Amino acid sequence: MNAESVLKGFRKEFGSKIKDITIQKVPNSLKKKLFAERIWFSVGRKHLHSAVEYLCRTYPDPHFAVCSGYDTGKEIELLYHFTVNYGVRAGEITITMRVMLPKNDLQTDTITDLIPGAIISEREMQEMLGIKVKDIPDSRRLFLDDTFPRGVFPWRKDETGPDKIARNVHAARKGGMK
Amino acid sequence: MKPEDNTYSICVGPVHPALKEPVKLNMQIDGEKVTGVDFELSQVHRGIEWAATRRNPIQVLFLAERICGICNMSHMISFSRAVESIGGIEVPPRAHYIRVIGAELERIHSHILWAGVAAHELGFDSLMHYTWKLRENVLDTVEYITGNRITKGLITIGGVRHDIPKKKFPRIIDTAQFYSSHFDKMADMFLKDRVIMSRTRDVGVLSKRDALTTCAVGPTARASGVKKDVRKDEAYAAYQDLGVEPVLPDAYTGEIHGDVYDRVLVRLLEVKQSAEIIERAVRQMPEGPIAWEEKPAALLAKLKPLAGDGIGRHEAPRGEVIHYVRMTGEEHPYAWKVRAPTYNNMMAWVPLLMNEQIADIPVIAASIDPCMSCTNRAVKAGTNDVIYSKEHLHRLSVQKTRELRRKMK
Repeated sequence: MNAESVLKGFRKEFGSKIKDITIQKVPNSLKKKLFAERIWFSVGRKHLHSAVEYLCRTYPDPHFAVCSGYDTGKEIELLYHFTVNYGVRAGEITITMRVMLPKNDLQTDTITDLIPGAIISEREMQEMLGIKVKDIPDSRRLFLDDTFPRGVFPWRKDETGPDKIARNVHAARKGGMK
Repeated sequence: MKPEDNTYSICVGPVHPALKEPVKLNMQIDGEKVTGVDFELSQVHRGIEWAATRRNPIQVLFLAERICGICNMSHMISFSRAVESIGGIEVPPRAHYIRVIGAELERIHSHILWAGVAAHELGFDSLMHYTWKLRENVLDTVEYITGNRITKGLITIGGVRHDIPKKKFPRIIDTAQFYSSHFDKMADMFLKDRVIMSRTRDVGVLSKRDALTTCAVGPTARASGVKKDVRKDEAYAAYQDLGVEPVLPDAYTGEIHGDVYDRVLVRLLEVKQSAEIIERAVRQMPEGPIAWEEKPAALLAKLKPLAGDGIGRHEAPRGEVIHYVRMTGEEHPYAWKVRAPTYNNMMAWVPLLMNEQIADIPVIAASIDPCMSCTNRAVKAGTNDVIYSKEHLHRLSVQKTRELRRKMK
């Protein structure tokens, strides 16, 4: 199994629904030239659930590493990081699915029905980015305390970001967040 | 308390020695049995990722080191690997070997620290002091190599910051052999003692299925039979040359239970494995440069124009650490996401603690090795707000061990 064959399966199943495909090859070892293969692609939020379902069907028990996300200005980008084919020397492939959510409709589907361990990430995304995960089994806050103000989302870079509550933090205004 | 079903709710934490991390565990208790588990994590969010978006990559590297007091090098390596993958930076072979030596020394001291905590939770304080005495050796060696006992500051993007000269090799090999030779004694004390065995065997069982669905990583997953070890799966740094295999408990006992005993066993075996890796790495270390660019100012100038997404992964003592970094050609990373192993292993608490006894909570909660420092703990029982001190819960655990010991005599 390699990145090409994994991608071929995805292309066959989803065709033009997956876009911006890149394969990153990170040089790994010294004597034998081996690479860690990282696949990145975008998928529409309507197809995220079926893409994860396809992944779980084709590669039983994919490891869900984490979901990261950030504010691009007009949109929120979520990145679901998975790994498959572990247990094989230098054979693990990292698959990252990007999902763009427009800021006027921050909703996405849950994947906890397929991977129960994703609940921590989904709860984190809800409180950190202010998105709404549909059908999430548990929508309470996790990393933020209940006393943390509502409507402030620590990972956002717009007016709902943490800038205003961080004004006394050393060098909070320097660079980065505008 | 709900009188109809006779369950109490008990809350352990937020600050608590068995957890070593400000975490609040809310449990439903029926008599002595745990029937429901929930946790709250909001106590120590420090906003390190946010702070990183206003610092340059070299400053972030040192910020990353301060995420964890024990496995600090894991975060440095992961962040470096993420940035290196964005820029296609090649790390020289000698630096790969030095990284491996540093990472494995860290694994030894982390696992032995944990073994001491496990002994303490079971009420074997003399064993705790003995294991922590053993740990001093590796800390002294780390200080000998890097100048610091814990925060080593050894890694830089594209290599390492200081070389390990040849004259320091004998001391490192001595340390490695010290831990290889003490394995049998540690195994005798932890794995063959009948009382420890009955407190840990088939207690806090995590089935392989549960380990997979909760996305558990590191020794927690391996003790349940999941062959997952980033050192083998990615074969990064010098691990390809050194041939690392994931350690499963059946290598020693011939069977996999996925219980606390297996998690102790996997960590002890990994100490031995790390000692062997260090010895091989020192003997095979090639000559050559130690960094892609040694001067920090020149390195920073080369890092500034980088743009793209990168993932860096590393097998920390507790499991896989993964960093996601996005650079946009500005001085600061645009986004940085850190995922430490406890983040994933936390979900395993639910199947682990279900149907177990109150006195087993400390050792089971500690068995996934949640990461951080420890201070105090309070237990709130029922609606009457009876608050027991941390000593009370610890005493319960110690009492159970003593009773078992009496019965076995």
